Amino acid sequence: MSWFTQTIFSTSVGRKVIMALTGLFLCTFLAVHLAGNFQLLHNDGGKAFNLYTVFMTSNPLIKTISYVNFAFILGHVVWGAYITYKNRQARPTGYAYNDPGKTSSFSSRWMGVLGTMILIFLIIHLKDFKMAYLGITHKLDLVTYTLDNGDQVEVKNMYDEVIEEFHEPVVVGIYVLSMIALGFHLYHGFQSAFQTLGLRHPKYTPVIKSAGFIFWGLIPLGFAIIPLIIFFCRN
Amino acid sequence: MSGHMNLTLKVWRQKDAKAAGKLETYEAKDVSPDMSFLEMIDVVNESLIKKGVEPIAFDHDCREGICGACSMYINGHAHGPKQGITTCQLHMRSFKDGETITIEPWRAKAFPIIKDLVVDRSAFDRIIQAGGYVSVNTGVTIDANAIAIPKEHADNAMDAATCIGCGACVAACKNASATLFLSAKVSQLALLPQGHPERAARVEAMIDQMELEGFGNCTNTEACSAECPKEIGQEHIARMNREFYAAKLSSSKTK
Amino acid sequence: MILDSKIPDGPLAEKWTKHKFNLKLVNPANKRKYNIIVVGTGLAGASAAASLAELGYNVQAFCFQDSPRRAHSIAAQGGINAAKNYPNDGDSVYRLFYDTVKGGDYRAREGNVHRLAEVSVNIIDQCVAQGVPFAREYGGLLDNRSFGGSQVSRTFYARGQTGQQLLLGAYSALSRQIHAGKVKMHTREEMLDLVMIDGQAKGIVTRNLETGAIDTHAAHAVLLCTGGYGNVFFLSTNAQGSNVTAAWRAHKHGALFANPCFTQIHPTCIPVSGDHQSKLTLMSESLRNDGRVWVPKAKGDKRKASEIPEDERDYFLERKYPSFGNLVPRDVASRNAKEQCDLGKGVGTSGLAVYLDFAESISRLGEDTVRARYGNLFDMYAQITGENPYKEPMRIYPAVHYTMGGLWVDYNLMTTIPGLYALGEANFSDHGANRLGASALMQGLADGYFVVPYTVGDYLATIGPKAIDAKHPAFAEAKAKVEAQTKKLLAIKGTKTVAEYHRELGHIMWEYCGMARNDAGLRKAQVLIQELRADFWKNVNVTGTNEELNQQLERAGRVADFLELGELMVVDALNRSESCGGHFREESQTEEGEALRNDNDFCYVAAWEYTGDNQPEVLHKEVLKFESVKLTQRSYK
Ligand SMILES: Cc1cc2nc3c(=O)[nH]c(=O)nc-3n(C[C@H](O)[C@H](O)[C@H](O)COP(=O)(O)OP(=O)(O)OC[C@H]3O[C@@H](n4cnc5c(N)ncnc54)[C@H](O)[C@@H]3O)c2cc1C
Ligand code: HEM
Ligand code: SF4
Ligand code: FES
Repeated sequence: MSWFTQTIFSTSVGRKVIMALTGLFLCTFLAVHLAGNFQLLHNDGGKAFNLYTVFMTSNPLIKTISYVNFAFILGHVVWGAYITYKNRQARPTGYAYNDPGKTSSFSSRWMGVLGTMILIFLIIHLKDFKMAYLGITHKLDLVTYTLDNGDQVEVKNMYDEVIEEFHEPVVVGIYVLSMIALGFHLYHGFQSAFQTLGLRHPKYTPVIKSAGFIFWGLIPLGFAIIPLIIFFCRN
Repeated sequence: MSGHMNLTLKVWRQKDAKAAGKLETYEAKDVSPDMSFLEMIDVVNESLIKKGVEPIAFDHDCREGICGACSMYINGHAHGPKQGITTCQLHMRSFKDGETITIEPWRAKAFPIIKDLVVDRSAFDRIIQAGGYVSVNTGVTIDANAIAIPKEHADNAMDAATCIGCGACVAACKNASATLFLSAKVSQLALLPQGHPERAARVEAMIDQMELEGFGNCTNTEACSAECPKEIGQEHIARMNREFYAAKLSSSKTK
Repeated sequence: MILDSKIPDGPLAEKWTKHKFNLKLVNPANKRKYNIIVVGTGLAGASAAASLAELGYNVQAFCFQDSPRRAHSIAAQGGINAAKNYPNDGDSVYRLFYDTVKGGDYRAREGNVHRLAEVSVNIIDQCVAQGVPFAREYGGLLDNRSFGGSQVSRTFYARGQTGQQLLLGAYSALSRQIHAGKVKMHTREEMLDLVMIDGQAKGIVTRNLETGAIDTHAAHAVLLCTGGYGNVFFLSTNAQGSNVTAAWRAHKHGALFANPCFTQIHPTCIPVSGDHQSKLTLMSESLRNDGRVWVPKAKGDKRKASEIPEDERDYFLERKYPSFGNLVPRDVASRNAKEQCDLGKGVGTSGLAVYLDFAESISRLGEDTVRARYGNLFDMYAQITGENPYKEPMRIYPAVHYTMGGLWVDYNLMTTIPGLYALGEANFSDHGANRLGASALMQGLADGYFVVPYTVGDYLATIGPKAIDAKHPAFAEAKAKVEAQTKKLLAIKGTKTVAEYHRELGHIMWEYCGMARNDAGLRKAQVLIQELRADFWKNVNVTGTNEELNQQLERAGRVADFLELGELMVVDALNRSESCGGHFREESQTEEGEALRNDNDFCYVAAWEYTGDNQPEVLHKEVLKFESVKLTQRSYK
């Protein structure tokens, strides 16, 4: 093994750095993704959202980033699973009586479970939307828009698909629940990633912890609010 | 005497490394609040001997919180529910009359149980042996004051150096990780100029040894610092991580 | 037997240099052909094992704890002396030497003490190089504090955990040699006997405390670094496992035991709270830098400390010893505390305590400064007593702390058995009748880092590197003897627990051979101990078997040895009818109640020879010669 693979597979700090870097990358991805999702709230029959969808799936740079993103999700999941497995092995017999609640946060103790909830969500989410967009599950309708420069484009009507899905109580329920899981995952995960990277300092750590609220609070809230608005306020 | 208590103990009894263990229930009668936890166990042990029951085996030596020998998981907490102290410094005034107290050994694959509450912590020694030192032979000739060390660095190094090697951090960690213990030594020697010549090799070797011993991976739950009797902080882990990255990225070891 | 201390002649300051030059050397290539056993990994043992391994010898080290890092040296709080004179307050090697000889009430060898003072400076250099985080000033240089028995600041410290930091330094050096394969470390392995071949020490017998396996180990030399025997008093500031077993069993093979009755009672310990008490906790002497010791002027004054006005308090140390004040040596401070309590002025529920008050320092320096200096000690006190020492004065009382006596050794640290050395608290060498604060750490490290690595070589060069025959019948015999004793202890199955015997012995020792001793009491104690010992071998109940971790069995062996040592201590105290240092014979005091030495009759080291079970020991005297220091009545007024 080279020093690099040895580090990221066989040393505990090396494994952790993969978690932290992939995790932080996914955080930036979430921010971008959310910005896109807000296009759903334009009251324009879906034009902004559908055009945004086209941009996201055709721009070569964005496409590359999205492949990297999938790779990182995969990496994050695989390393996360490996770490969790190793950690289980490190304590074959548990305590008969334990009281961990006073010394560590709920989030930090349930990262694996929370992550798995997110993973399940991601799979459902990809099946519902990505597969549909790609025409694998079913064919989407086409709509035609006139752009600012007067050109006409014909695009898949992803908007209607989303609106329809978000009228299913089960879909909305899963979505909201998963965003709660994401919030908890990032409540620990965001600041934890900085600690893993060694970025701890009496001056800046409090700032990081406060900024974490954007990621564990605002972003999951932003994601969750969209289906709720659609469910309750749009027909 | 006033204020004396009666308690029910549930104690992990295990004949040897291979035997299956289980929690046994004992009554601790007439316990004085001024007793230390270990003195309470002494009294229980004396009564067990009188009844022909084998006394409870447990590690202890200094009984003043510095040798790191004592190691009991009491009511779900390493060294008991109070913070910043060892088991031997826990006093019975921290408990209430009639309480049930569960006492278990440290549990980790890297700390196999030897008997009852006694575990084998030699893994810690091997981690230090892997590199937790400055390689100087006896007989150095530079004067102790030849190198000035900023007081703040010396104080931080001392914070880390107070680790007593008790293993509570491992016991408390949901991943049975030894990261806090390791970081205390790495951080101490990273803060002092005397530790600098070997800093890269040290952190790599010690982390490799931790892996071999079967400790888990740190997931920054911070339970270790909360349960550490010397209140060793998370900043030492961050410093160790930095040392590790710097070592990996800069050292000429390619394998 | 003539006790030859082997102190080199010539001027005091040149003795060690000259001696080092005259010692034989072992050729570097030959060093690996020698095996050395080091029993104990405290400051003395860990430093010796590491240093010898660095030189190239093969070392086997033993300790009864689960890790060498837990030796009792870890508990030393206050500091370590060294004649660095960094504060520029007039210190020098000679002054440290002088203070130590005087502090020891002129019952130590000049040559040894001077050597100790000489190497003290190297110790600090060594420890700093290892990464020991001593306290520093804002300018980044090392800080010093003052300690009892001296008027200069020469004590280096690492918060209230100096022993811990020094031991971890030595432990790290030891760990490095374990990693290098030059030291084989045996943890949880207790030495239970010495193996002698042709009158020389050639190995040891050990019991593996985890499995009960009894094994023998051969070596060219054996170093006992097994610490002090204060636990003979049951209650002491020592760790629970501290014991005399290794030294005592060597004594039974012919190693003389010197000054066994010289015990140090430390003035500042937390008082006993009840029968359950298993140990006494020391509050470092450094507290006397800023704390003031007092009792109420009136007998039986039961008011709270805060309710007793200033003019109704007696700051008895400041009153009686104006120039040293609260910083008089330990024996003086302890005896005065006892005297006040005997007068009925003691405080607390038991009346066996005096106050150590920080109110004045806190108002002068601020609570933060006091916290920075003593925070961990204050926390420890609060933890144990449930009282807040920042608000109320501490209650303190003397407790057994250190044993100046130990195996007799010559200037090379060799006992009267060739090839057997004793280092650290286990020997008797440097502290005379009273040890000054912060000097034990210095001595342990001096012995291990800077003395024995030279002196062992001299002996090894003499005997040559021929391998020891591990099949020699002496090994099997020694092993059989240990097995027999173990069986015997397990077979008694009487009705009293080991702890009960230990506690009873402790009561006898404290009552009759503690802070004040007299002829009648000592005679009575001797009889009581003999009876108790006889009863022990008839009626002790040691549970369990040999083939397992058996803490009762471990302790039984140790208590059995204490029961013999206790008698020797009493015999020694009886013999020495003078008062000196920590040994206070009521018959021998000045009009003011200070210890009165008798230099005409007792200016010697009393070294005792074992002659057989339950036989009286034979006294040998090593007369102490003072060439540099004039013997005077110690005065700290
Ligand atoms: C609470 C306290 C505070 C102190 N504070 C100070 C201070 O501030 N300054 C100062 O100078 N001195 C101080 N002292 C004294 C000093 O700490 C000791 O005298 C010194 O550390 C003794 O070191 P040592 O190496 O001789 O023995 P120890 O550190 O006691 O080590 C003994 C070793 O021998 C081993 N051992 C014992 N018997 C056996 C056996 N049969 N088989 C195998 N191994 C065995 C043990 O496992 C251990 O490793 C203090 C002492 C106490 C108790
Ligand atoms: C897809 C399913 C996911 C799984 C199974 C998963 C699992 C885990 C696990 C097991 C950890 C390690 C615990 C720890 O280090 O504290 C972790 C950490 C982390 N995860 Fe996830 N996660 C998932 C998705 C995500 C997503 C979508 C994000 C962000 C958008 C994310 C961000 C993080 C971060 C920032 C960390 C902290 C890394 C560190 O502490 O070093 N995770 N994750
Ligand atoms: S870091 Fe704390 S909990 Fe862990 S071994 Fe050291 S003192 Fe014990
Ligand atoms: S017995 Fe030494 S720390 Fe508890």
